[in-house]
Amino acid sequence: MTTARVWQWSGSLLLLAAAAVFPLAFTNPAITNYGVYTLIFVAAASAWNIFSGYSGYISLGHAVFFGSGAYFTGIATRDWHYTGSQVFALLPLAGLVGAILAVPFGLLALQVRRHTFVVMTIAVFFIFQLMAYNLATTGGTSGLLAPTINYNAATYNNPFYYAAFAIAAGTITLSWLIRRSRFGLQLRAIRDDEDRARGLGVRAMQVKLSSFVISAVPVAMIGGVWWYYTTLVDPSSGFDPLFDVAVALMAFLGGLGTVAGPALGALIIEPAELYFQQQVSSGYIFLILYGALFLVVILIMPRGILPTAGELITKWLTRRKNGTGPTGQRPPVGASSSEVDPTTDDSQGQSPRASTASGLA
Amino acid sequence: MSALLRTEGLAKAYGGVQALNGASIEVSPGRITGLIGPNGSGKTTLFNVITGYARADAGQVFLDDRPITNFRPERVFALGIGRTFQLTRIFPSLTVLENMLIAAQHKERSRNPFAVAGGPASRRHAMELLEFTGIVSHASALAQTLSYGQRKLLELSYVLVADPDVVLLDEPAGGVNPSLINHLATRIRELNAAGKTFLIVEHNMDFVMRLCDPITVLDYGSVIASGPPDLVRNDPKVLDAYLGVGDDES
Repeated sequence: MTTARVWQWSGSLLLLAAAAVFPLAFTNPAITNYGVYTLIFVAAASAWNIFSGYSGYISLGHAVFFGSGAYFTGIATRDWHYTGSQVFALLPLAGLVGAILAVPFGLLALQVRRHTFVVMTIAVFFIFQLMAYNLATTGGTSGLLAPTINYNAATYNNPFYYAAFAIAAGTITLSWLIRRSRFGLQLRAIRDDEDRARGLGVRAMQVKLSSFVISAVPVAMIGGVWWYYTTLVDPSSGFDPLFDVAVALMAFLGGLGTVAGPALGALIIEPAELYFQQQVSSGYIFLILYGALFLVVILIMPRGILPTAGELITKWLTRRKNGTGPTGQRPPVGASSSEVDPTTDDSQGQSPRASTASGLA
Repeated sequence: MSALLRTEGLAKAYGGVQALNGASIEVSPGRITGLIGPNGSGKTTLFNVITGYARADAGQVFLDDRPITNFRPERVFALGIGRTFQLTRIFPSLTVLENMLIAAQHKERSRNPFAVAGGPASRRHAMELLEFTGIVSHASALAQTLSYGQRKLLELSYVLVADPDVVLLDEPAGGVNPSLINHLATRIRELNAAGKTFLIVEHNMDFVMRLCDPITVLDYGSVIASGPPDLVRNDPKVLDAYLGVGDDES
């Protein structure tokens, strides 16, 4: 195991342990409230990234799964008379509902690419929001209330925290497994050049749809947790366009297409949003900050924190090791170097090693 | 000897432009067939139709006498036709080795969707081919850091990793320096000596004449000549297509 790998593993385990004991160390409900909402978005952004980050298809319709998960949990709780912790048992079913909805949604939207795909996802999103307003079973504009829970006030947040923690940890693990797998490689090839990937035997539609369906499951499950925690879902909060902007922004900020990036983005943005909402009387101020942050990320750090930081660290290490700039050393071309040397004369003068490390960040 | 790859009367129009107009070509097994013609004669369109990137309006494509007309690109590839593109198309944000593994994956039959990309055998084979084409030292570099010439070599490498029956190369010598052209020609010749069949579109006449036999000439979407290099070189129709003087001077 390389040193970098050891650091990665120990860092991940440390973070996992810290997240697991967080509500025990910080018992103040105001603090654990931050924890619950942050983990909800860690799960959602990581799940969104499994599809959009790896395939390059930017979905602004994942709120469909979030809202559907919330509504399904609400309707099932109401109609099946679930109470207390029993409601958490509905979460896997909420995930299944998300997966089932993702099949026709994906089959429709994935017929097109790029901007058209984004518009398709927004259109489907509004169809679902309209259905929530108008269907008899969703409670219309008043939405669905969660039953009262008789948890101890001091530790009231903890069950929600651990439910969100389990889903978030599971999603990140899934994301890691996918990224290193053949399936993940196919997704990333589609992101770079879908037609070329097809010409090398990648069944693009099947791969894209599978990833869309997989990414819908945790989002729908976490929607169920969110409903039970906030105690209310209505059409505008369940199917909220800001949810899609938020998860996309979190993934872009942390590092689109990386395993840890979306989680890092959620850890930065969600607590900041909650803090601003509490400190500033007008909740709309945060929307302006959202827009400004998006611009900053796109203009200054388009690849996000993790890839940019990884690249800087590798450049620094390379410079320290070689005593020259990152472009100072070029590895030999290899076995047939005498014949191939001319291939390097029009190269971009970038150290392959530096780029490799940053790509894996 | 029956043709390994064959087209019959292929037609393809883009709007009012008839890119292919009854194109019939044959690629014999174990040969390096050249496909030449002036700009706009339909060479790349023919490649696109054969490999499923464009739909034929009429005509047929056969691989080993089996009709494969208008099959999807992934299916054409799985059946044994690999191709490169005129403007190289690699996966820039993947490493060179990952580029290779994309092409290798369709042969891996693991049912576990989370199996790590590229088994030991695939990785070994990929590294051997990178060694063969001369870019193995870049295996762990991102493909976007490669020079144009190296990208051409990578594209050739990852097409070969799947061991296709026929390799279609679209202007392999285009835009690369003379030393690399020689390197490419040597590698193609070695592969051909080992039994690999090639169909090569190229504007570099020296490259084509040295490497290919037979040569097929396209003009306005139709085949105007086909045969050994010496015959094609002196064919009045070919001279006319290229220079516009053939009939008058012959």
